[in-house]
Amino acid sequence: MHAEAPIKLADFHANARAALNDPKLRDSFSGAMDFLIERRARQFPDPAAFEQLRRVGEAVRQHALARLPELLVQLEERLTALGVQVHWAETAADANAIFLDLARRHDAQLMVKGKSMVSEEIELNHAMAAQGIDCVETDMGEYILQLDGDRPSHIIMPAIHKTKRDVAEIFHEHIDGAPLTDDVNELIAIGRRALRDKFASARIGVSGVNFMVAETGSLVLVENEGNGRLCTSVPDVHIAITGIEKVIEKLEHVAPLFALLTRSATGQAITTYLNVLTGPRRPGEKDGPREMHLILLDNGRTQAYREQRFRATLQCIRCGACMNHCPVYTRIGGLSYGTTYPGPIGAIISPHLQSLHETRDLPTASSLCGACGEVCPVGIPIPDLLMRLREAGRHSVAQSATPPQQALRGQGEVRQWAEALAWKAWRLLYSHPVLYRLLVWFAARLNWLTPPWQGGWTLARAPLRPAPQSFRDRLAQRRQQRR
Amino acid sequence: MNVSGSASQRARSAIFARLHEARREPAGVGVPEVDAALAPLVAEPAGESRRQRFIRHARSWQAEVIETTPLDWPVQLLALLRARGVRQLFAGPGSPIAATLQATVPADQLRWFDRELAALKPELFAADAGITTTLSGIAASGSLLLQPGVEEPRTLSLVPPLHIALLHEQALHDSLLAAIRHYGWAQAMPSNLLTITGPSKTADIQRLLVYGAHGPRELVILLVQNGDADAR
Repeated sequence: MHAEAPIKLADFHANARAALNDPKLRDSFSGAMDFLIERRARQFPDPAAFEQLRRVGEAVRQHALARLPELLVQLEERLTALGVQVHWAETAADANAIFLDLARRHDAQLMVKGKSMVSEEIELNHAMAAQGIDCVETDMGEYILQLDGDRPSHIIMPAIHKTKRDVAEIFHEHIDGAPLTDDVNELIAIGRRALRDKFASARIGVSGVNFMVAETGSLVLVENEGNGRLCTSVPDVHIAITGIEKVIEKLEHVAPLFALLTRSATGQAITTYLNVLTGPRRPGEKDGPREMHLILLDNGRTQAYREQRFRATLQCIRCGACMNHCPVYTRIGGLSYGTTYPGPIGAIISPHLQSLHETRDLPTASSLCGACGEVCPVGIPIPDLLMRLREAGRHSVAQSATPPQQALRGQGEVRQWAEALAWKAWRLLYSHPVLYRLLVWFAARLNWLTPPWQGGWTLARAPLRPAPQSFRDRLAQRRQQRR
Repeated sequence: MNVSGSASQRARSAIFARLHEARREPAGVGVPEVDAALAPLVAEPAGESRRQRFIRHARSWQAEVIETTPLDWPVQLLALLRARGVRQLFAGPGSPIAATLQATVPADQLRWFDRELAALKPELFAADAGITTTLSGIAASGSLLLQPGVEEPRTLSLVPPLHIALLHEQALHDSLLAAIRHYGWAQAMPSNLLTITGPSKTADIQRLLVYGAHGPRELVILLVQNGDADAR
């Protein structure tokens, strides 16, 4: 297997430009996003009914976040009573150390993994491979990418940038005895056979979590393929990993969130499986893990939590609807972002997981059209959050008009003197009428001095040139003529 | 404990310290009635019975539904096994249908899930079919509700490529939320609860839908009518 390409955040502009010039990629993305938009719309034919359900989903998540520390304590108590070991990790390195320790204790060379974005976030596969442990992706899309040394470009449809021809070649090259075939049924059968052996022999199964229920200590997993069920029922040890924000208070809160999640994600009224796990195998049971672990990861989430202005970021249930509807994401694809979570949700969560400076281009990778906020099933005001992150990147705590309780990571580090100066000048002019009129008078007369090259603007547009007569003057002239 | 245990405790304290720094309403913001989740988002045909609704949705998810009766289902099962050429049918020895299966299915075709999975893996992974009972069904989505456990293990409905499920009509609920409330799970959860809606599937290659991703390729539901409800 190849190593995955390392994340190159600084290359956002170059990545985006390359993606825009790749017609095959643009075709597969725009086709897939149109398909998902249309399928979702069919699930929510009545805007009032959607709005009503969304308000419930939003309230469930906001309520859980308002009580986050209490619910985490309750969850930990329930899980511990059930015999689940709860581990806490502040960083990706912490989480990987826990995985490694568990793998060594069970002498495991092989782990099978169900779909988990948090495991992507900590780059679990890399960390385990470095220690000689094979961590195999079992979600079909993720498995294809792992074989090819590629990374997911969409959180729900990870291999959306691959064609069946690509997959045929990847399987033929990496799986012993796989014929070169274009038949998708045959391709899935090849993947199924190859992975069945892994399920049967792995000692550890790894999964993510969609929701954690505090009152019962249950982990809820949503999926179509059945690999998540295999990972959590065949191996002797199950390790689940997720972010601390995924907890909800009550079991019945699962109902509205599940209804919103599947419809928003893939436009399905329901997925094949809703799998609710409450503790390890009990006495007399013949399968299911004998040992169960839950790793709760922070990795920057407490920063988003600490500031009320950013807390809504953590309401996310990872459906991907915001990316499906984003005109920027649809054109540049998920890989351009260079982060685990791409698209609008990636732009609002990544600055907390990494830093404002490292992710400086992401909050500006939006036209603020508002589609993401409109479709979000839990009412996250994504455009507002993008604006707040732009502001935080460009202003230190002292400079900020809405200072945070504590500086965010990378606070003010995106500030560029030219941009800051331009806005200072703008403020000066627009708050001093005499100065403003003076400038307009000069601009109208000296407009022949306008440079034909105006940075990014003139790459695809005609240069901006002040009119020979200002709008204000023309209005004044008209008024005089009427008299 | 061990090294990673104390590291975990340190991380725990640090995370909670940061969470407690935040300004918030510890009582929560209150949750409106989740009953909004009960109302269908897509209009359902009027005058449909719970059973009809279940069947319509289950079939739309590619499940095969065979309508049968308490006396007739073993006959239907045999016909199904013959039609699919099933050689090895796995079943739970403690299941409420174990005696009927024993009396119905030829001994050389019936295999009991009577040992721990570790000892059964080669046979189970090679079996053609598994049969389970169900706790309930959900009419609004055509889903089966299963509670795998001592009698019927989790992998019985997962590993063989054909899953046959016996569902009694009177066990149907209107919605997932109604079932959650009916069974009172909030107070006592079983180790595993599942909803199953159609066979396993994937659209990960070019959005083309394929059944039988990692779980069963086929789901057949033997829907048993109430004893005297044949006339409906």
